Amino acid sequence: MDELCTGLCRLMVDSGADAGLAQFLSLLVGVLLVSGVPLLTVILLIWIERKVAARIQDRIGPNRVGPIGLMQTFADLLKLLGKEDITPTNADRWLYNAAPLVSFASVVLIWAVVPFTPFHYGVDLEIGALFFVAIASFGTLAIMVAGWASNNKYALLGAFRVVSLLVSYEVPLVFALLVPVLLAGSMSMLDIVNAQTGMWFVVLSPLAFVIFYVSSQAETGRAPFDLIEAESELVAGFNIEYSGMKFGMFFAAEFLHVFTNGILMALLFFGGWLGPLYYESPLIAFAWLGLKGGIIYLTTLWLRNTVPRLRIDQIMAFNWKFLVPLSIANLIFVSAALKVMQELGWAPREMIGASFVDLLPTTLILLLINGAMIIYLLGILRKKGREARRESPSTRATLAQAAAD
Amino acid sequence: MELNAVTIGFVVFTIFTLGGGFGVVTTRNLFQGTIWLMLSLFGVAGYFVLLSAPFLAAVQVLVYIGAIAILITFAVMLTRSVTRIKARYVRLVPSFIGSLALFLVLLLGITIPIFGGQLPESAPEYVATTRELGAALVDENGYVVPFMLASVLLTAAMIGAIFIARDETT
Repeated sequence: MDELCTGLCRLMVDSGADAGLAQFLSLLVGVLLVSGVPLLTVILLIWIERKVAARIQDRIGPNRVGPIGLMQTFADLLKLLGKEDITPTNADRWLYNAAPLVSFASVVLIWAVVPFTPFHYGVDLEIGALFFVAIASFGTLAIMVAGWASNNKYALLGAFRVVSLLVSYEVPLVFALLVPVLLAGSMSMLDIVNAQTGMWFVVLSPLAFVIFYVSSQAETGRAPFDLIEAESELVAGFNIEYSGMKFGMFFAAEFLHVFTNGILMALLFFGGWLGPLYYESPLIAFAWLGLKGGIIYLTTLWLRNTVPRLRIDQIMAFNWKFLVPLSIANLIFVSAALKVMQELGWAPREMIGASFVDLLPTTLILLLINGAMIIYLLGILRKKGREARRESPSTRATLAQAAAD
Repeated sequence: MELNAVTIGFVVFTIFTLGGGFGVVTTRNLFQGTIWLMLSLFGVAGYFVLLSAPFLAAVQVLVYIGAIAILITFAVMLTRSVTRIKARYVRLVPSFIGSLALFLVLLLGITIPIFGGQLPESAPEYVATTRELGAALVDENGYVVPFMLASVLLTAAMIGAIFIARDETT
């Protein structure tokens, strides 16, 4: 009981409150904070996303409501709340209304295991990384349910496309996630960050980071994997029948998911809050995490607004024929190399507490293995690209023209 | 029975598990049946948490809700009529006898040790780490033989699936 009752709770007990009540209240405050922060962040995120997208497309973006358009999201929110709440006649009422809630909850729940600073986190689950993957699977379920319960053929087709995408890209995502878990020797998010004191995991295995980045971009349904919204073919996708705030929840879940992935990548691969002076104050630690997560988040926005959408068969082929074998190979190479080095005494047995110098040989060898794999892969990709270009109709036409001349 | 968080959790998860199961067998809508099944499996995941096995709980959610249930929904969509199924299961007497026999076996198996004075040990407060679970799976004195057998079985099933699904013409 004592170890559960610290901070605010201890303060209340000392000032004469009942111990059980004090513990309950402090837990309640913690839960409200952990779930409230993402809810408020998403309002700002929508504004950031629209501004960034506008700049990339040579526009200004929202600029009328409030200073530099900051109040635009609030105006949109009020509009969504005021809209008529439509339920299609033959929709499965219960499932139809539950789907947006599950979708949003699946993203907010991830924040339960996200540590903001070394001392401020929802819970430090021993299975933190696994919890994140398990919770994300509820999002897939929500989309399937939404598509079916809407009683609309376009919605169902859209849901099928999206679910097949999500289920497929979960495989490389989990294999890439296993690399930081394996390096840290723990699935707890706190341990994974603490294990990066000597060296960030992105240096030990850049390939794992790239795979995680690509598959999490797909998991959020962002370009070039934005099958989730195919206006020209499917009208809108799985959320076509949703109006008002129910649509707003799907929308908010997607925006929040992108930012959550940025923070997760910062934690898993870029050392989270580790940075100069992080131990001085929790605020500095939090700022480091926010900065790293924010930079990764901005790159995903950049990517989203730059590349066009791929065809569904291309997306599937890319996943099953390229990403999955690659992620498995990466995992095998990293784990084998790490074990051999540990047996030879070149690598520390425990990453937590290992210094930069301890990790130097490990870093060099793992980086070398990853570099070799990347060079080999680039060679394969180049060859494939050349073949594809040679066989494309436009090239053939040019060649035929040249032959005729 | 002491009223604490564990008891409340147990009651809630029991409602989930049994209610979900009841929903699966009574609904006339295959898709809703799948959702009920997920609710039931989620309740089982809750039991794992109460039994101090968070790893198994997360795997239960990941595998059953994230993978198997999604597969079931895909399979359900391929069936001819998803909603308002007309067909009724008629062999009620044999099913009744079978389920009653199973229930009695479980009931006796659980209650006899309690009345015989051998109270089962309650779940340990301390949570077994994933590291220990992994070590037990590959330990000679642990579960290495079942682990190997399961691995071989899964590999064989996967090879079989690939062989069946392969296009003969290519």
